[in-house]
Amino acid sequence: MKKEKMEFYVGILMIIGLSCCAYLIIVLGGANVINKNDYRVFAYFSSVAGLKAGANVEMAGVEIGNVISISLDMERLLAKVELGIRENIKLAEDVLASVKTSGVIGDKYINLSPGGSEIFLESGDTIFNTESAIDIEALVSKYIFGKKEEE
Amino acid sequence: MTSPLIELKNIHKKFGTNHVMQGVDLSINEGEITTIIGKSGTGKSVLLKHIIGLMHQDSGKITFSGKDTGTMTHKERRAFKQRFSYMFQENALFDSMTIYDNIALPLSEKAVFPRDIIRAKVKTRMEQLDIGETASKYPAQLSGGMKKRVALARALVTEPDIVLFDEPTTGLDPLRKNGVHKMIHSYQKMFGFTAVVVSHEIPDIFTISQKVAMLDKGRIIFQGTPEEIMNCEVENIYSFIHGKGDVEFE
Amino acid sequence: MITESIRKVGSGTIDMIEGTGRFFVFLFSGIFNIFTFPFQLWKIIEHTWFMGARSMGVILLTGTFTGMVLGLQGYYTLTKFGSEGMLGSAVALTLIRELGPVLTAIMITARAGSAIAAEIGVMRISEQIDALETMDINPVRFVFSPRLVAALISFPLLTALFDAIGIFGGFITGSWLLGINAGIYIYRVADSVVMADITGGFVKSFAFAITVTTICCYRGFFTHLQTSGGFGAKGVSSSTTRAVVNSCVLILILDYIITYLLL
Repeated sequence: MKKEKMEFYVGILMIIGLSCCAYLIIVLGGANVINKNDYRVFAYFSSVAGLKAGANVEMAGVEIGNVISISLDMERLLAKVELGIRENIKLAEDVLASVKTSGVIGDKYINLSPGGSEIFLESGDTIFNTESAIDIEALVSKYIFGKKEEE
Repeated sequence: MTSPLIELKNIHKKFGTNHVMQGVDLSINEGEITTIIGKSGTGKSVLLKHIIGLMHQDSGKITFSGKDTGTMTHKERRAFKQRFSYMFQENALFDSMTIYDNIALPLSEKAVFPRDIIRAKVKTRMEQLDIGETASKYPAQLSGGMKKRVALARALVTEPDIVLFDEPTTGLDPLRKNGVHKMIHSYQKMFGFTAVVVSHEIPDIFTISQKVAMLDKGRIIFQGTPEEIMNCEVENIYSFIHGKGDVEFE
Repeated sequence: MITESIRKVGSGTIDMIEGTGRFFVFLFSGIFNIFTFPFQLWKIIEHTWFMGARSMGVILLTGTFTGMVLGLQGYYTLTKFGSEGMLGSAVALTLIRELGPVLTAIMITARAGSAIAAEIGVMRISEQIDALETMDINPVRFVFSPRLVAALISFPLLTALFDAIGIFGGFITGSWLLGINAGIYIYRVADSVVMADITGGFVKSFAFAITVTTICCYRGFFTHLQTSGGFGAKGVSSSTTRAVVNSCVLILILDYIITYLLL
């Protein structure tokens, strides 16, 4: 009797504890457990200041993938960004990738504006049309400090 | 012909400033019951703990079948320990476990025997010691005498070669006391184990032991057969055996 | 006189070094003996029940109220900057990074750690541990290893429970009582927490599990060696107190060190 009771309560602990772990890891941590079947494309930017691996890739405000990695292309001295795009999303060859900011001080993400080409990108291809991050901090500080100096 | 199985040579042990063992020499023969007597507080339990290796001597040598226990390898030491059983003065039962689990523990922790054989062995021991109906109780629910018998059952369940008894009959009524003595005796006959008994049951214990050693002030002052000690004329031995003379409280 | 006091410093140092060595030998022999045959599965379940399952109530209670008070405090601080919408991330990050692992570990120490130290301490003074040794049962393996495994199971699970229920507690005050939009709260929680925060929290809870169990078992196991607190029942009470105090202090110190290393 006592043994069964003990096992029952340990079972409850395991179920509740593991579901809490799952909630933390999958929902909050955003681990891509389900969407593993994405394909990779590359994009080169002159500046990706503030962009982090794991940031969203969106099209028309809808999340369609994540930034996998960011590195520096040694030959061209440009930021090389690897994007993981959901398999069912087809990207036209002339799609425009731009680094955007959500809100004024929010996180950086990559926005893809659809192109018109009939040819679609395949895994490993590169997006040619890119638009780098607008350096809001520089703009803002210019504005603030510029004003201060005038006074 | 009996040969010394365990030999203690010139054992010294100090606890702080208290010099408990001051050069103990003792030999324990194979297949015999050796009884250690002596006044309370003279270090009889300490002596037993040295034999089994719970305490380590400051100096001196303990040999087991001619082998020095201090230089044994890990493997030899385990093999040596497996041949021993120890019955504690205060029983040392596991108070969070049932009586059955207590007695079965030395077997069940080893995973050598299948469960039904363990159950059979434990059951036999419990019946022999008249504690069969306590299996699912806890040590705290038993009387002092019952606990003693549980401890005895636990010590004997592994069928050891050497059993060290630390006052196995203290707190038992005369009937059960004789029962325990008889049991030690008959088991000793049956299995031929070697036993070292620390006891105050003089002269009852003499009837079952082949050898008696008396410990006093950190030394063995007498070693010999029960008849020899009964007839010994040395003053303090005589008065101790026959319960005469005054006790000096220091 | 002078030589006497110098000798005291020396013997104190030697004692400390010996104690540290004994502690780590104890820890490593406990870890090693987890993997020795036969596995003590049933004892692990029993200790998980005691340490984990029976601590769920107190974790639920403390988790809810911690989350609620974080919601309250966070709201009044954030509202000064007009950004009470950030409450969700403030509560979630505080809980997952710091308060969840630390408070869970302290609650388990208070509830189970003290009991462990006392139980093993009593086993020591009533010669049960010596009895194990005479039966050729490794006492470290018998009393410590199953508890270590049970703690490694219980601590992360209870920490996750604490985090989840604490976030819900923040939701209660933030959304139900103070009127922040429920959707924004939930979105902020999910948005601000990244994987590194969660793994960091779990790293902490594993570290605390090992620390707390080792200290509590160690204090109980070597009750007979520390005689400054008294002998017998007094010795057990002193090792229980020491176990709890040492565990709590070390949890907080270790928390700082791990945070420093992770950032």
